Amino acid sequence: MMETIFSNFALIIGTTLMYSTPLIYTSLGGVLAENSGVINIGLEGMMIIGAFAGATLGYFVGNPWIAFIGAGVAGGIYGLLHAVACVSFGANQVVSGIAINFLGIGVALFLSRMFFEGATMTKSIPLDFKMPRPLNGVFPDGSFLNIILDNQYATVYVALIFVLLIWFFLYKTKYGLRLRSVGEHPTAADTLGINVIRIRYFAVIMSGVMAGFGGAAMSLAIVSNFRPTLISGHGFIALAAMIFGKWKPQGALLACLLFGGSQGLAVFLGQFNFEISSQLISMLPYVITIVVLIGFVGKSAAPAADGIPYEKEHKY
Amino acid sequence: MGYKDKAKSLTKVIEMKNITKKFGNFVANDSVNLDVFKGKVHALLGENGAGKSTLMNILYGLYSPTSGEILINGKKVDITNPNIAIEHGIGMVHQHFMLIKPFTVAQNIILGREPTSKFSVLNMKKAIKDVKEISERYGLYVDPNAKIEDISVSMQQRVEILKALYRGAEILILDEPTAVLTPQEIVELIQIIKNLTKEGKSIILISHKLKEIIAAADFCLIIRRGKHIDTVVVSETDEKGLASKMVGREVIFNVPKEDKKAGDEIFSIKDLVVKDNRGIVAVDNLNLSVKKGEILGLAGIDGNGQTELLEAITGLRKVESGEIKINGEDITNNTPFQIINKKISHIPEDRQKRGLILDFDISENMILENYHNYPFAKRGVLQYNNIKKYAKELINKFDVRPREESKLTGTLSGGNQQKVIIAREVTNDPDLLIAAQPTRGLDVGAIEFVHQSLIEQRNNDKAVFLISFELDEVMNVSDRIAVIYEGKIVGIVNAKEAKIEELGLMMAGGGSK
Repeated sequence: MMETIFSNFALIIGTTLMYSTPLIYTSLGGVLAENSGVINIGLEGMMIIGAFAGATLGYFVGNPWIAFIGAGVAGGIYGLLHAVACVSFGANQVVSGIAINFLGIGVALFLSRMFFEGATMTKSIPLDFKMPRPLNGVFPDGSFLNIILDNQYATVYVALIFVLLIWFFLYKTKYGLRLRSVGEHPTAADTLGINVIRIRYFAVIMSGVMAGFGGAAMSLAIVSNFRPTLISGHGFIALAAMIFGKWKPQGALLACLLFGGSQGLAVFLGQFNFEISSQLISMLPYVITIVVLIGFVGKSAAPAADGIPYEKEHKY
Repeated sequence: MGYKDKAKSLTKVIEMKNITKKFGNFVANDSVNLDVFKGKVHALLGENGAGKSTLMNILYGLYSPTSGEILINGKKVDITNPNIAIEHGIGMVHQHFMLIKPFTVAQNIILGREPTSKFSVLNMKKAIKDVKEISERYGLYVDPNAKIEDISVSMQQRVEILKALYRGAEILILDEPTAVLTPQEIVELIQIIKNLTKEGKSIILISHKLKEIIAAADFCLIIRRGKHIDTVVVSETDEKGLASKMVGREVIFNVPKEDKKAGDEIFSIKDLVVKDNRGIVAVDNLNLSVKKGEILGLAGIDGNGQTELLEAITGLRKVESGEIKINGEDITNNTPFQIINKKISHIPEDRQKRGLILDFDISENMILENYHNYPFAKRGVLQYNNIKKYAKELINKFDVRPREESKLTGTLSGGNQQKVIIAREVTNDPDLLIAAQPTRGLDVGAIEFVHQSLIEQRNNDKAVFLISFELDEVMNVSDRIAVIYEGKIVGIVNAKEAKIEELGLMMAGGGSK
């Protein structure tokens, strides 16, 4: 009895890590863009194009790492689009983000039909070409750590490393200080000779790259192909996680674990024969997202200039 | 000895020649010339919106001039961005501080020129040491580890000056540096300016406050509506001389008013109790009344319950107990809408936050309280023709500039923003006009206008309630003066018999009857 509780607990932690991973990448992307002052609700679209690029490259090239990086590039291109619209042309950032979301699913389906004989689903990547599982078989069978880590893909560990890297970048390096200053008070940064435009371009493109990684962490690891419903709202959940995490990488990580955990719980509960329909259980992550955002966010700590286009000779 | 003779013996560090700057059709600077000398303070005087800040933003590389040239130490330079200005030793302290609130003092000072160890990793230890060093050298004491959002405004200003000095500034531009300071802090700032010039730094002081220019500057360039008017030696002129050059006509510092017998009591407050945001009693059993045809001035130091009193009267804050009456009707805890309809008008303390909607144009702001009434609306649909016609009338009557009803109020100067508010409120024909800090941040010309408007209301037998932290203003304009201290009225005197020492004592809590 004790043992089953123990292994069930380990199983929940394991699935939590697994389902959090795509969210972590994507919400780190959100952290970067929004700390530089650009709202990125296009994360969903960037994630979708990343998931598609990852699955397609994985199928044709057969190397998961090339596919993963390719997904980042695809997301980065979408980030560039968002940056051109929002930074250079001062477009409304929410509108541009919505457009990016449509463009994400649209382009992914179009290309999928082109490459896969009219199918909206990419062909499955052979098991050998999926992301490796570095700790597979390292711990003894049935042990606590084995249940948690045995089946975790490399993307999980890379995501955690990115949390550290981005935290270090934002708070310990001079470029991080500059990036945050641009998100708080771009005019002040400009008067000190900091190039607001360049920093925002960098942040928004990197935000796309991270969201692309997030998508690939889904299509190259958790499943092994792309389909139109694969990302269904994960980009938005990642966005919510970033807000719940108060625009900080460490906060976003915790929030992603919470949301990923609710998804893991839904999967875990799904294996029992409850009198509750499985659709209701799979609503869990979305319901928790809404409840958390309504109830616990409280005073938001958004960067002061988040969402405001920067114009140099603005006379007001 | 005139300006030209004096200038000959000094070293020029900056020459701005025939600078013109246009924003679309609007000419902000029209061939302006400015010379700055080593170790001297050069003031830049002009009304709000005269183009002082624009000229300095050009010198600092934030705007590029439409035409004209700049020489630094005799060499022609093209300042296309602030980096180039910084390289040439120009530092600027902006009117609206350019500080990042969640960052620490040290982070703000080093930003853009960060001391780093390997891989661009910030070296905060060195940063803090550097900041301490320069702050001690110039006597500008700050705590490098404090967050900007936690320190006072005058401290923030020190941080701004330190930012420039950290970058090796030899020429310091101070844009309206006293606008946000208390009188004591202004004295300290003037001392800091003197210390800096002693060290050989040159200062450009932008201001519309004549007293400070007289106290701090050696020379003064006067600009009016973007045009170069004159450069004078400050020791050879006085406040009146500067003011008339700035405004272009004689300025009356004290608007004259005839004696007038006040009528019946029209507005009264009985035993009023109001709490502040923290739930502490801010207005404490306050009693007050205003009569027809008089101006009652409320004197007091900031933070003694004035804001809460004002908000309680205008329906913006809940009254705990007590009663407020106008024309015999109880308006305690009525909504602002009901209070406006009872003929109380209000010139708010913060004109940009409560007085205007900055993203609306002048005509829309003119009807903010009447938009739902005929002729501005017909069956719920706004009648823009009528609104524009009405706005045009008020713009002419109250001399709002520019005379375009479709201009966004956010683009107007402070004085003209205040004119829009006064036009709207006075045209409502209120029985009681409440004016809170009506001249804050305005130049002498605009102050004169505001005071005239208040006195005109009184002469039309209306009641006026003036709340101000400027004792001079209260004494010049009011008929009676009430003094508030810790939420209570500690004394009421006739303005004619009031003595500044007596009022000052009461404001500080040293009660008199």
